[in-house]
Amino acid sequence: MTLHDVTPPATRPSRRTLLKGAAAGLVVGFHLPASKALAQGAAPAPSTPEINAWVVIRPDDTVVLRMARSEMGQGTRTGLAQLIAEELHCDWSRIVTEYVTPGQSLARNRAWGNFQTAGSQGIRQSQDYVRRGGATARIMLINAAAAQWQATPEHCVAKDGVITHTPTGRTLRYGQVAEAASKQLVPQTVALKDPSAWTVIGTSRPRLDTADKTTGKLIYGSDLKMPGMLLAAVQQCPVFGGKVKSFDAAKVKDMPGVRHVLQAGDNTVCVVGDTWWQAKTALDALPVEWDYGPNRTVSSETIAAMLREGLNASEAFVGNTQGDAKAAIAGAARKVEATYGYPFQNHAPMEPMNATVVWTPTRCDVWCPTQNGEAALAAAAAAAGLPQTACDVHRVDLGGGFGRRTTHDWLTQAVLIAKQVPGVPIKMLWSREEDMVQGRYHPVTMCKMSAGLDAQGNLTGLHMRISGQSILSYVFPNALQNGRDPVTFQGLNPTGAEGQFGYTIPNLLIDHAMRNTHVPPHFWRGVNNNQNAIYVECFMDELAHAAGQDPLAFRRKLMANHPKHLAVLNAVAERIGWDKPAPAGVFRGLAQQMGFGSYVAAAAEVSVDAAGKLKMHRIVAATDCGVAVNPRQIEMQVEGSFSYGLSALLYGECTVKDGAIVETNFDTYNVLRIDEMPKVETIVMPSGGFWGGVGEPTIMVAAPAVLNAIFAATGKRIRQVPIKDQDLKRA
Amino acid sequence: MAKLNVNGAVMEVTAHPDTPLLWVLREQIGLTGTKYGCGVAQCGACTVHIDGQAVRACSLPLSAVNDSQKIVTIEGLSPNGMHPVQVAWRELDVPQCGYCQSGMIMAAAALLAEKKNPTDADIDAAMTNICRCGTYNRVRAGIKQAAQTRQG
Repeated sequence: MTLHDVTPPATRPSRRTLLKGAAAGLVVGFHLPASKALAQGAAPAPSTPEINAWVVIRPDDTVVLRMARSEMGQGTRTGLAQLIAEELHCDWSRIVTEYVTPGQSLARNRAWGNFQTAGSQGIRQSQDYVRRGGATARIMLINAAAAQWQATPEHCVAKDGVITHTPTGRTLRYGQVAEAASKQLVPQTVALKDPSAWTVIGTSRPRLDTADKTTGKLIYGSDLKMPGMLLAAVQQCPVFGGKVKSFDAAKVKDMPGVRHVLQAGDNTVCVVGDTWWQAKTALDALPVEWDYGPNRTVSSETIAAMLREGLNASEAFVGNTQGDAKAAIAGAARKVEATYGYPFQNHAPMEPMNATVVWTPTRCDVWCPTQNGEAALAAAAAAAGLPQTACDVHRVDLGGGFGRRTTHDWLTQAVLIAKQVPGVPIKMLWSREEDMVQGRYHPVTMCKMSAGLDAQGNLTGLHMRISGQSILSYVFPNALQNGRDPVTFQGLNPTGAEGQFGYTIPNLLIDHAMRNTHVPPHFWRGVNNNQNAIYVECFMDELAHAAGQDPLAFRRKLMANHPKHLAVLNAVAERIGWDKPAPAGVFRGLAQQMGFGSYVAAAAEVSVDAAGKLKMHRIVAATDCGVAVNPRQIEMQVEGSFSYGLSALLYGECTVKDGAIVETNFDTYNVLRIDEMPKVETIVMPSGGFWGGVGEPTIMVAAPAVLNAIFAATGKRIRQVPIKDQDLKRA
Repeated sequence: MAKLNVNGAVMEVTAHPDTPLLWVLREQIGLTGTKYGCGVAQCGACTVHIDGQAVRACSLPLSAVNDSQKIVTIEGLSPNGMHPVQVAWRELDVPQCGYCQSGMIMAAAALLAEKKNPTDADIDAAMTNICRCGTYNRVRAGIKQAAQTRQG
């Protein structure tokens, strides 16, 4: 049996069925040469006219909700559907969703807005316009029914996809009036419901996409099949910035299944074969000589030395300042100082990077998991050498993202390969080893915390000096502000709705000595909040201890001006029973922070046995995300963020030797498994009036709460992540 | 040419004997529910059953399997996705991105076949699969719920 034997014959599908096929878990058919539909690159013609960009209702009452944001496990698809359905008054059980393509959006003047699915923005940054999309569609459906009845729309109500003419009791289903509704005038103004009237938002609807994930039917990018498709395995120069010097294609070109041995760009070698395993086997046997470039001498040790120098450098970018911190500390009754560090970490999503590309001289189509369809389209067009209007990106659900799939180095690579095999579908899949060493890493930083306490143990001055990488310098250098990277100060800002510092300290200085190296940093679930929360919250614990005060009481004194920060902290303290003794042998730690527009706190219970083995028993989390669209989804995201954050705390570290990342797979880059996962109790406490993020915020308080509990258990301060090789035996 | 018994059907496959079973399933037979995660038997995304035992297919060469052994993949676990583990998974909304869940479900089903009422320690020992989204607590709850359903 060959690959092609198991692929059903292509049925000349339209692009629409291509997309539906992927979503429905079918083999993606593909007609070559590029079909007319593909070449047009315009929006597909749906069987039923759309009511508006967000809503299509089919004659059988199926409600198709269009999605611009991507689903990677965070539940945004279901949450966005709830937002639209709240205003649409449709039958929830008839909802299906489909991805729109960035090409369709481009052709319609960005009708679907921003595609970026990162920064915990999927819900909060689109909630207004998707609700308006639902409300507008509802009004048009009602107006169509009223017109059919020659009735007044004000006398009609819609509920669960049925419109009732109240005076007569007549009814019409949405499917019966959808076509007429699509021709109704679009209302220029719509009033959204008052939150007190919500019946869908705020409820724990089951996810819309679970079933196919339990049967193997969901098709991920790495599962795509197309007739005539060839598979590509790649290796990029292991040192970032290095290049291919030479490779000996003749050595492998006769190996089974090998079709092409190629170079992509200046830094990647590639074998294209009949199967991926054959391509990878040949790639492993391919002799390659690399020009490693100028970074061959960089190591974890040289990077650490550079960061240490930054801790005391005279020049630094200021993120938050109040009074005169240095003078206050110099004149304090008592000085406390500690240095912390946070390493490079790989996102390591379960599905390695992949993309499937068909390139012709006039058209380039890509099928891939991406966190940003529009950025993927821009990358594809640039690599294809074609205008964006001659390209499109067809999304599939992601096998994990965590930030890695917001950037598209892998997509560029796949297009550069497909360009050399015109007209043939090429599926490029990275090995786990390639995924580990060609990552875009959690930035590496160190931090020196210095503080002054007065004779009564009050905090009079705090200087937080961060030394390390700036993500924006690598990713969006144009977004730097006179060289300063504002993202470095996540959770530390004096003002703002995104991440405000939760303490009022009379003399405060938070600054950043930017120290970059060749290993590319990137947004990583939680981003800079992860280390910033450890630096601030563990040091707060140190200060409380130095002042001889309870860590909760010490914080509370500094939080009077920050009632929302304080509310979540109080909530976890109360739930864990902070004012009562912990169970014998169990010790507690606290942390709070604001990030991605939400206020979060955690309280952890751990024990450490005589041999130094850590057991994380339980973590209580509280989140005030303003509006809680789906409380069960929020609980899942809190658990997930804790798993990711605790994995980072226990094991997450990529080291550098001879300019390259050392850890190549999960045997050397260990991650948390089920036996180490603590019980998680989540307090969802939306205070209303704002929309905060959910996917990321709680990750930032997991690690500091556990570290503070470890100190309570052992008397040891762990100031460098990860814990893995450090001795936790009681001091 | 090798013969395999996959999901109740005997089929012939053409692949080098060193080819891992995972890639034979995915690329020769077309069963893509079984996932590639690491290739070194660390993550368990490729877990299938061979004669009822959970096995990591990425590290088992084709030459080590013959058609006297019954291979079951996620696609063959139950006719309509109604295995108690699959049902529990849907009721509790266990999956997030879902990529690891075929392997999780196959590992959980093998555990329940061996132990009707697994303890937390049994679950810790048997469920060494990696999930990066962090579904672990719901995986644990799902296994317990599936165990109850079976007995009830």
